[in-house]
Amino acid sequence: MEHMGIEKDRLHFSWISSAEATKFIDVVTQVTESVKALGPAKKFVKAG
Amino acid sequence: MLTYAEKIRELSAQLLREDKVDMVIGFRKGSLPMSNEPCMVKNPGDADKLVWDSNCGVNLASYLTDRKERIGIIAKGCDSRNINTHIIENKIKREQLTIIGVPCTGMIDKRKVSNSVDFDIIEVIEEADKVIVKGAGSEQTFDKKEVLRKNCEVCIHPNPVVYDEMVAEKVDINQDVDRYADVREVEEMDSDDRWQYFEDLLSNCIRCYACRNACPLCYCPTCFVDESQPQWLGKSTNATDTRGFHFLRAYHCAGRCTDCGSCETVCPMGINMRAFTKKLEKDCLENFEWQAGLNTEQRPPLDSFNPSDPDAFVK
Ligand code: SF4
Ligand code: SF4
Repeated sequence: MEHMGIEKDRLHFSWISSAEATKFIDVVTQVTESVKALGPAKKFVKAG
Repeated sequence: MLTYAEKIRELSAQLLREDKVDMVIGFRKGSLPMSNEPCMVKNPGDADKLVWDSNCGVNLASYLTDRKERIGIIAKGCDSRNINTHIIENKIKREQLTIIGVPCTGMIDKRKVSNSVDFDIIEVIEEADKVIVKGAGSEQTFDKKEVLRKNCEVCIHPNPVVYDEMVAEKVDINQDVDRYADVREVEEMDSDDRWQYFEDLLSNCIRCYACRNACPLCYCPTCFVDESQPQWLGKSTNATDTRGFHFLRAYHCAGRCTDCGSCETVCPMGINMRAFTKKLEKDCLENFEWQAGLNTEQRPPLDSFNPSDPDAFVK
């Protein structure tokens, strides 16, 4: 994805066990923040 | 090159005569210059239709999928690697095959040739390392090296990796090539430029799917682009859909692609869609030391797990 020009911070991978509630919250917060910082996606979006 | 063709005819006729195979898959002369077409020969008497020159760029492994017959198949380096891939993926059995190996001297890019002359091409002849292009009253000679397909310029496995017969001595391998200069060039761009690079690359795509049809890896009975329930992708030449097609197709080829160049050879629009598959091929080599189809013993990277697999991207 990154190679074809999707912003680096738009795509995230994480492995979180169902017992890792704190990690889940941390990751979600981090994902939300970095995607918010990028703003709405303009690439790979079908117009109209 | 003539001797290759003669040897291919002789071996094919013999296999058919001795009833060792039901058919031989090879090439016959196409109706236009520089466009040999795949064919299946079933009678020993028809074996003299088979040809071999530098216009046999299509990968013949595509014609093996799920076949039940005993098959003789002509295989250059890349075809042989895709035959191995077919065997690994249970699409054909090794016992069904008699592989006639062709040490490959590279295939020519017909687009390069026709763009380099300013006349209509009537005939193309090969003599040793020269390619002689003839039109009405005009003629131009090229070094074969100048008009090779891009993937053949950087090929490091021109000799078949699996075969039962060989039509000639193995050819020397040019190990001294930089296989990934083009991929690195894109890697070094910033995100927006990369996006634009692929946007420009695909802008002429007419979604004819010739690339997919010629690909020996694209053998799904219903391709995701043809599904209508659910419809994964729009069917028109909308840029997002077109990119979705190319991007996903490339992913379906990850760890399997041998860079045979069939896709580019058949594209009517001259699109360099290897830019997608080659990145994945490079990643497979760098992350998993994997080159597809070199043998049938090793499992492909996407089908095996190793605790040391790189996972820095997983948080
Ligand atoms: S990729 Fe290699 S084996 Fe295949 S046609 Fe080109 S030179 Fe021959
Ligand atoms: S063969 Fe060329 S034009 Fe046709 S779908 Fe593939 S890239 Fe597009």
